[in-house]
Amino acid sequence: MTKILAVDDSASMRQMVSFTLSGAGYEVTDACDGQQALDAAKSQQFDVVVSDVNMPVMDGITLIKELRKLPQYRSTPLLLLTTESSGTKKMEGKQAGATGWIVKPFNPEQLLKTIKRVI
Amino acid sequence: MTIDLSQFHQVFYDESFEGLDTMEELLLSLSDGNADNESVNTIFRSAHSIKGGSATFGFMAVAEFTHILESLLDEMREGEREVTTEAITLLLESVDCMREMLNELQAGEKCDDAQAKILGQKFQAMLDDEPSLETKHQTVDENTTKAEVELSDQWKIIFKPQTHILGNGNEPLRMFRELSTLGECKVSLNESSIPKWDEYETEDLYLEWKIDLKAEIIEQDIIEVFEWVMDECELTISNITTSEDHKPAADKADVVKISEKTVQANVELSSSTEVVKQVKPKKEVNKTASSIRVGIEKVDSLINLVGELVITQSMLSQVGSDFQMDQLETLRLGLAQLEQNTREMQESVMQIRMMPISFAFNRFPRMVRDTAMQLEKKIDLQISGETTELDKTVMERIGDPLVHLVRNSLDHGIESPAERIAKDKPETGTINLDAFHQGGNIIIEIQDDGAGINTDKVFQKAVEKGLVAASDVLTENEIFNLLFEPGFSTANIVTDVSGRGVGMDVVKRNINILGGSILVHSEKDVGSTFSIRLPLTLAILDGQLIRVGDQIYVVPLMSVIESLQIKEELLSCVGGELDLYQLRDDYVPIIDVAKEFGFNNESFEIEESLLVVVEGDNQQVGLLVDELLTQQQVVIKSLDVNYKPIQGTSGATILGDGRVALILDVVGFIRQAKHVNKSGIKTTSNAA
Repeated sequence: MTKILAVDDSASMRQMVSFTLSGAGYEVTDACDGQQALDAAKSQQFDVVVSDVNMPVMDGITLIKELRKLPQYRSTPLLLLTTESSGTKKMEGKQAGATGWIVKPFNPEQLLKTIKRVI
Repeated sequence: MTIDLSQFHQVFYDESFEGLDTMEELLLSLSDGNADNESVNTIFRSAHSIKGGSATFGFMAVAEFTHILESLLDEMREGEREVTTEAITLLLESVDCMREMLNELQAGEKCDDAQAKILGQKFQAMLDDEPSLETKHQTVDENTTKAEVELSDQWKIIFKPQTHILGNGNEPLRMFRELSTLGECKVSLNESSIPKWDEYETEDLYLEWKIDLKAEIIEQDIIEVFEWVMDECELTISNITTSEDHKPAADKADVVKISEKTVQANVELSSSTEVVKQVKPKKEVNKTASSIRVGIEKVDSLINLVGELVITQSMLSQVGSDFQMDQLETLRLGLAQLEQNTREMQESVMQIRMMPISFAFNRFPRMVRDTAMQLEKKIDLQISGETTELDKTVMERIGDPLVHLVRNSLDHGIESPAERIAKDKPETGTINLDAFHQGGNIIIEIQDDGAGINTDKVFQKAVEKGLVAASDVLTENEIFNLLFEPGFSTANIVTDVSGRGVGMDVVKRNINILGGSILVHSEKDVGSTFSIRLPLTLAILDGQLIRVGDQIYVVPLMSVIESLQIKEELLSCVGGELDLYQLRDDYVPIIDVAKEFGFNNESFEIEESLLVVVEGDNQQVGLLVDELLTQQQVVIKSLDVNYKPIQGTSGATILGDGRVALILDVVGFIRQAKHVNKSGIKTTSNAA
């Protein structure tokens, strides 16, 4: 079963993402900031990580940088959820090692479509 | 799979309101030119989350408004803009505005964005740049429409990713898979760039692909597939033929097919709406039910206790299944354990409803700031004891009275800076808000170092209003209590801050309804203190059980003053509203509980009866009862929910032997008794 780590500080977004993905048959673990996500990622291997950018404690960009440092996540798809439709944040994310992004607002169908792209 | 997003709305509202509270709190902590970076960051993040959520859940008005707000915050965060008082005020106003909009949405009303538009313009003026994002959006739209023109069905794509592309998790194979979902796809590999073995990096990619794609798509569709790697590859997309010569017949066939599909979809839709309809009523209940956030440790402790209860239960059922007299001790032990479990569980469940009073206090920094500005006073608000826990229902109902009292202190208590300097006081006035526990109650104090209550003025006013006679001699406390009389106001000018003096009596009544009381202490030019005493919870009550005939009632222990044996010679049946009983130097009216509840107390003998003196609404009455039973904690069951409201009672409880006992609402009971007797007298006089 594909394991996905969903990271967002907003409970409603986190629920929406988890609910959508687990409903589609993925095994979802969620975390509410980068640090929590990093700890979770170290304790078990995820096939995809979907993370918000703006979060307390550790933001999404830093999380991706940290994950890429781990050998087991060198080529894992890491996606950012971003409200910035402009290029700067996306580029910052890419430089940090993000595979791609999903632009907020998105609906569950768009989310699933994007996830299917990377697995 | 379609997912109903409305199931996440409640969580979204909860977290958004929480976010708005955080924003407000932090905005208030920012002062002119002094921006703490972490605070600005957190404010930005809260706004950002609300924007993201509202956009996702389709609350576009909120999302659009938050977007403008966020732009300003972003500039502040990046240090490109100074944090001015003006900006803080505007941001605070927008917090209110968003709260209002979210409230409307939550109530299922149409969201009124008029205020948001006005504020939006102010923000725009502050940003005074051109609305950069909107223009960008437009250009994107133009691009897509332009691209749309070039519809083609034969594409040639050359894709040469940079060598490090795998390190980002972008696997070319997935892109080809996606392309193949668009149409017929032929991929050929060019491996000519693979370097010699000693130059080969194992994690790098040296391949190049040529793809022939047969699909009726626009260029944008292909670009989308490569969207994430556009800047990390060389990508050439060219269309070989343009498909202008579409066969109209085929087109028609397509249309037919599509309409068939839509019909089918419609059928599916209508059947699913039926399902939705069935589910709906349940949902609406959920909407009105308020939610509560509980710390996980409280839930864990509860689960733990349930575990213990199960153990006790299994032990008892084992004893009960084959009971022998010699097991009596075990049985007794089990029952004792059960009692302990129950008590612990009750305490634990009560804990769940407890919330720190900071929930009620949090609104005050903002209110004090705004009101002080409006009144041109300098006021410092000190809050302490905000971690003191209080029942959620009590908390919700105490909010308004507190606002009223704080406003009162702001308006009437604290003097203007000039007055204060003249009185040799510091220019800035102080209001203290404090909460603490005291013997099973919670005390909330609102204290100011203002002018104090002018007793002469209050007395004069009361005389004018006809509340007291000019000849009356009142103690200081009695004069303070006049403030809570209906229609009393000492403000010379009616301000929109503390209103028209309709407040204080309502404040008192609301506190009384909660089973609490309010005390005033004041000293001229030193300040005033209002202290509110509240029960910790509304779900459990310390009660005095009384027996009247064969009925048992519960009187809230808080309102019982004393109980005494009746002496017939002290009774006086004068022609007033009620019979009176001489209690030392005073007379208290007597209420016959049996008569009030409309039954005949056959065993009644005046010499055998007891008088329970209770106080409610500032007056004492004696309740005529047959017997005083125990004092115990009773769990209040609502009659409104389980039966129907009964005047003079605040609910009912179930006693140890399974009987139902009504709980007297002393204030309501006195009022009702008076009313009944008054009308009773009326009829007799009419008859006469």
